[in-house]
Amino acid sequence: MTVLVLAEHDNHVLKVSTASTVAAALRVDAAVHLLVAGSDCAAAAQQAATLAGVAKVLHADGAQFTADLAENVADQVVALARGYTHVFAPATSFGKNVLPRAAARLDCAQVSDILGVESPDTFTRPIYAGNAIATVQSTDPIKFVTVRPTSFDPVGGGGAAAVERIEPVADAGLSRFVSRTVAKADRPELQGAKIVVSGGRGMGSAENFKLLEPLADRLHAAIGASRAAVDAGYAPNDWQVGQTGKVVAPQLYVAVGISGAIQHLAGMKDSKVIVAINKDAEAPIFQVADYGLVADLFQAVPELVKALG
Amino acid sequence: MKVLVAVKRVIDYNVKVRVKSDQTGVDLANVKMSMNPFDEIAVEEATRLRERGIATEVVVVSCGVAPCQETLRTALAIGADRAILVETDAELQPLAVAKLLKALVDREKPSLVILGKQAIDDDANQTGQMLAALASLPQATFASKLEVADGRAEVTREIDGGLETISVSLPAVVTTDLRLNEPRYVTLPNIMKAKKKPLEVVKPADLGVDPAPRLKTLRVSEPPQRKGGVKVPDVAALVAKLKTEAKVV
Repeated sequence: MTVLVLAEHDNHVLKVSTASTVAAALRVDAAVHLLVAGSDCAAAAQQAATLAGVAKVLHADGAQFTADLAENVADQVVALARGYTHVFAPATSFGKNVLPRAAARLDCAQVSDILGVESPDTFTRPIYAGNAIATVQSTDPIKFVTVRPTSFDPVGGGGAAAVERIEPVADAGLSRFVSRTVAKADRPELQGAKIVVSGGRGMGSAENFKLLEPLADRLHAAIGASRAAVDAGYAPNDWQVGQTGKVVAPQLYVAVGISGAIQHLAGMKDSKVIVAINKDAEAPIFQVADYGLVADLFQAVPELVKALG
Repeated sequence: MKVLVAVKRVIDYNVKVRVKSDQTGVDLANVKMSMNPFDEIAVEEATRLRERGIATEVVVVSCGVAPCQETLRTALAIGADRAILVETDAELQPLAVAKLLKALVDREKPSLVILGKQAIDDDANQTGQMLAALASLPQATFASKLEVADGRAEVTREIDGGLETISVSLPAVVTTDLRLNEPRYVTLPNIMKAKKKPLEVVKPADLGVDPAPRLKTLRVSEPPQRKGGVKVPDVAALVAKLKTEAKVV
């Protein structure tokens, strides 16, 4: 058996999601190959070769892969997939966009957002916003799977796989990249951060949201937000934590002014320790919080920053 | 320009599901069902395109059991012109739905197909992408802004790092994300009008599709439960717990 893992990268370095996806692939007990498709991405391919457990790196290079246009990346996966028993990708906006397209082209189902590998054809995954866990078995000849990165500890380095340059597929010519606005942050990325400080509708305004910055600074934390806060314009969309936003599982999650709707919990209930600060003692968030502080966040948050020293 | 919108009847987003004790699934008996929230956004977007004169007709389709007709009537009340129900009692998974929709795309020849990015029951996030693949169409997923002009669609997408804008040729498949629009409330006059709009029922066999599922669900279980927590009286107590008990700061 061999697993083809679709690497996520920015042409220079791999994203952490790739190492977690390799970890999941290794659980299948098969040889793991990594596909690095990009535009001038030799550096990413070289880094891929150092991931522990990777047997081979396939490097496909071309302008057609700019901004990971789904039609072209999926075509590249399809061109290779018939030689594999499994194709894995991270369940990030990149992997979610590309992999189903490749699966359908090969008339295969996809298992989305797996939490665990029970056997080479059986996986666990969350359904109903993570309120139930389904154990599913794929009956297709190629198992297409997206992997929840927070469920698999990323593999380390020390590997020395061969890098094979392959002929890239042609541009499908169906889509064109126009622009991207990616926030350049001085903070850890939300998805892999050890500590997350998250604000909800209770923050009240975009200006008030900045109140969380000294706390996030002190804790070296990423900043997240509930859907309500993003919808209201207090925070950008890429800060959203939840069923349809980012799923995080940090060591510490501090929910500030967040009520704790089902959909938000879906994105953070696997955090090791949850702290909730909310002036409403009945807020559902207190049901999942390990430590709940019923208080006015506008007083509690600055107090907390001071108390942490 | 014709727009095709696909909608799914799912458990209402406010419902807290219960896993059945025999682990065969989730308890859906007497549970409130509604249109998938992302699909409401899709119908709203298509209706707005129609109101702006960009779309000439909005056709809404749903695949599943007979009560999906109610979901379709809601879509008609929001503003769709006619509806199609692909009726089946079989378990439908994304690949099968994509095949059914592909058959309808061949029949209806829309310039734009809009779907919700994911259904809140299976959380699969696959159908739009699979349909685009089967129909050899470009895809623009997780859309937060959609502009149609000169035979192309310019779509701003919500991605992990922020926002990205791509341009796709039409016909194309777009999947909606939360901030594409805020769906309107359905008014009573529109609900009454919707009852008179055409609703056609077809079977998967009529479309030449075998909708048999590929993934077998072996069991459905409860997620790991968190241990109950405590309320702390003040910030000092919180910091003490975080330092000495939880040891996370």
